[in-house]
Amino acid sequence: MATYTLNINGTKQEVDVDPSTPMLWVLRDHLNLVGTKYGCGIAQCGACTIHLNGTATRACMLTVSSVGDQEITTIEGLSEEGDHPVQKAWLEVDVPQCGYCQAGQIMTASALLEKNPNPTDEEIEMAMNGNICRCGTYTRIKKAVKLAAKS
Amino acid sequence: MTLVKTKIGRRAFIRNTGLASGGLVIGFSWLASCKMTPEQVNNLPKEWFDLNGFLKVGDNGLVTIMSPNPEIGQNVKTSMPMIVAEELDIAWKDVIVEQAPLNTDIFTRQLAGGSQSIRQGWESLRMAGATAKQMLKEAAAQAWNVSADEITTKDGVLTHEASGNSAGYGEMASAATSIEVPEEVQLKDNGTFSIIGTDKKNVDGPKLVTGKPLFGLDVYKEGMLTAMIVHPPAFGMKYKGMNADAVKSMPGIKDVFHFEVYPEGIEKQWSDQGGISELVAIVGNSTWECMQAKKALEVEWEQDSTAESTSYHEEELTALLEKPTETPARKDGDVNAAFAKAAKIVESTYSAPYLAHNTMEPMNFFAHVTPEKAELLGPIQTPEFTEKTVAARLGMPVEKIDIMMTRMGGGFGRRLYGPFVIEAAVISQKMNAPVKLVYSREDDMTQGTYRPSYKVKFKAGLDDKGNLIAWHVRGAGTNDDLIFENRFPAGAVDNYLAEKHSLQTNVTTGAWRAPRSNFIAGAEQAFIDEVAEAAGKDPLDFRLELFDRAINNPVGDPESNDYDPARYAGVLKLVKEKANWGTDTGKARGVAAYYCHNSYVAQVIELEDGGDIPRVDNIWCAVDCGIVINPLAAKNQIEGGMIDGIGHSTYSAMTFKDGKPEQSNFDTYRLIRHSEAPKNIEVHFVDNGIDPTGLGEPSLPPAIAALSNALYKATGRRYYKQPFINDKPPLVG
Repeated sequence: MATYTLNINGTKQEVDVDPSTPMLWVLRDHLNLVGTKYGCGIAQCGACTIHLNGTATRACMLTVSSVGDQEITTIEGLSEEGDHPVQKAWLEVDVPQCGYCQAGQIMTASALLEKNPNPTDEEIEMAMNGNICRCGTYTRIKKAVKLAAKS
Repeated sequence: MTLVKTKIGRRAFIRNTGLASGGLVIGFSWLASCKMTPEQVNNLPKEWFDLNGFLKVGDNGLVTIMSPNPEIGQNVKTSMPMIVAEELDIAWKDVIVEQAPLNTDIFTRQLAGGSQSIRQGWESLRMAGATAKQMLKEAAAQAWNVSADEITTKDGVLTHEASGNSAGYGEMASAATSIEVPEEVQLKDNGTFSIIGTDKKNVDGPKLVTGKPLFGLDVYKEGMLTAMIVHPPAFGMKYKGMNADAVKSMPGIKDVFHFEVYPEGIEKQWSDQGGISELVAIVGNSTWECMQAKKALEVEWEQDSTAESTSYHEEELTALLEKPTETPARKDGDVNAAFAKAAKIVESTYSAPYLAHNTMEPMNFFAHVTPEKAELLGPIQTPEFTEKTVAARLGMPVEKIDIMMTRMGGGFGRRLYGPFVIEAAVISQKMNAPVKLVYSREDDMTQGTYRPSYKVKFKAGLDDKGNLIAWHVRGAGTNDDLIFENRFPAGAVDNYLAEKHSLQTNVTTGAWRAPRSNFIAGAEQAFIDEVAEAAGKDPLDFRLELFDRAINNPVGDPESNDYDPARYAGVLKLVKEKANWGTDTGKARGVAAYYCHNSYVAQVIELEDGGDIPRVDNIWCAVDCGIVINPLAAKNQIEGGMIDGIGHSTYSAMTFKDGKPEQSNFDTYRLIRHSEAPKNIEVHFVDNGIDPTGLGEPSLPPAIAALSNALYKATGRRYYKQPFINDKPPLVG
């Protein structure tokens, strides 16, 4: 076990965990930030996507010991009022079905738009390809990303 | 207006349940049907009259509707309350929707399966809304000393124009509790709806996009331990022993033990299907610590029954396709005589592998079992069945078991089966602590309860004018016999023979979104295209020709055909028009239609150019599900269902080597992704005012055939073996 001071959603948080613990489980089991979801544990589904210094990162393969003082943003910290343009677009298009993967989809989409405010369809698909939606909301996700890009 | 009865004889579908803290609360049976004859009603099971839905009109005018059905992504939590609100005449913005907890004394049927929620709830939900409205009117009539008939309602306001009186529902709610439930109420006519038929967004949307805890896996309670299980690595194996001591001393680990989920003498419910009886539990402080211990633990297993491989399943199913059945499932005319005189014969065999459900949220459940009671909380589609097994297994009376449902991160049939609930309860009882059981993705994918693997052989005969004169289908599946003998083309061909076989295997299977239809539709509708081509006819017109036959001159007793050929033809005609079928777009196109779960769906799929398996460019989809409650959500379901069908038939498979699943996570089990999804989807509904039917499943099955028919046009190859990505059939001709 070791103590880490993490910079999460703009707040310093201290945890005492095994150094090999993935950030996914630090967030969920130790910090009660459960918006970041467990889907596969091997960075194949994207349900656990967070921002690490603004880059979309799979929290299930990111060990707590490798984070240091880098900035972590989770879905809970994406906006204060749930009104990030991507979140608003998601509601406008009524994207979710079961909804389980959507926090991860939104985190990937918001990181994409930060770097590329006007992505083409192909760029959206490539950026989002690591995020599986088992309900098949892909066409709506693309629509929502394009809507968010406009605003 | 339709007048419906709220009670028949001494049996009432609706009761005024009084109130606890102001406002009107009425309970209703959501299985109620107001169009039954007295005789039918007398034959209904007693529990159909139990109250299992609730509607509260608060003093503040807000209406709370307890949605009785579990939410697995099919959006019933939004659409079912819309139906109540419509008849109640309340503004949608004043409606609060709550997931009703399972209280088996009150809620008797909470099951999301078979796309039946809307179909079964349609009349009872309307009756509940209309009854509450009538009681509010009566209360206002007494207060104003006027006739209730003269009072009108709109957006939660009661108005008596002549006297100038007006009041919000909240003002009359408490007074309405003393009004007797009317024996009859009036329902609105189709065409006069103001909420039904309008787009309403998912009521949980704001919580979902901000990551609020809604799912079973998000349950964290004071003092809660985490548990994981280890199951046999292969089907056909059982527990022998383990060296738990080394693991018990690992950081954060509380206990490691072997346990029996279903000891001898425990009565199983159908929802216990697929469960593995002997498991090892690892219990610890956190998920990661349990995962580490799981890696370190060495469990010894021994062979218990045959180690089956995929090659074995395929050989056995192939052998069954050569074997006539003693008693056919259905026989019209004489197929052999017809084949003997046929001008052309077409024969093909189609197959598909086992599939895992792979809900994005793996199986999990919270349990806190004490000698006094068992509290269970999590994602399960069949709580009322699971509860019985929990009670039997814990040795506690059913009254002491309390199962609450969370939102579910996908179902697809998987959460009909609840052995994981029993497991969580047993582990909590043993630990004497609150426990959340979590399946890893690997546990979830290799545990079983799969979509069966299937194989089917078709043979069709055409006369010299290209008329279909004989149809023979023989199907086989693992633990499932596949064929719906009374579905199309039964009734549309003079000589028809349907035979079915089931192969018993120890790889466990269960319902998977649109059971059986998820394979047989793709096979049958692809074969129809082969037959149409042999007949020299357009595939869409060939289908319409067969439906004309079933409409005008059905073969056999028309009642025995479990489809309505006119509605079937209706969706085909609609999709023909919307897709401009018959015009050359320069792109490969395929068509298919299917009926299942009481809804009719036809699709045209158009592919992009290039690639072994070209990407879907456009889909036109026509749906007849009767009245569409919430078009926005309905389209979402239909789009998702088609992508599900296209994705699984193209990419996905579970295979086995000596009983061991060869796929265990998304690196080896391929699911469709963004860049592979259809680019554009158009959904059109048949507007016919018929009572609504479900949409959770019906769009999936035909998409597989529309795709493979388009693939044939694009590549010149007929795809017979799913997943298509692994198949490279020869060029035809």
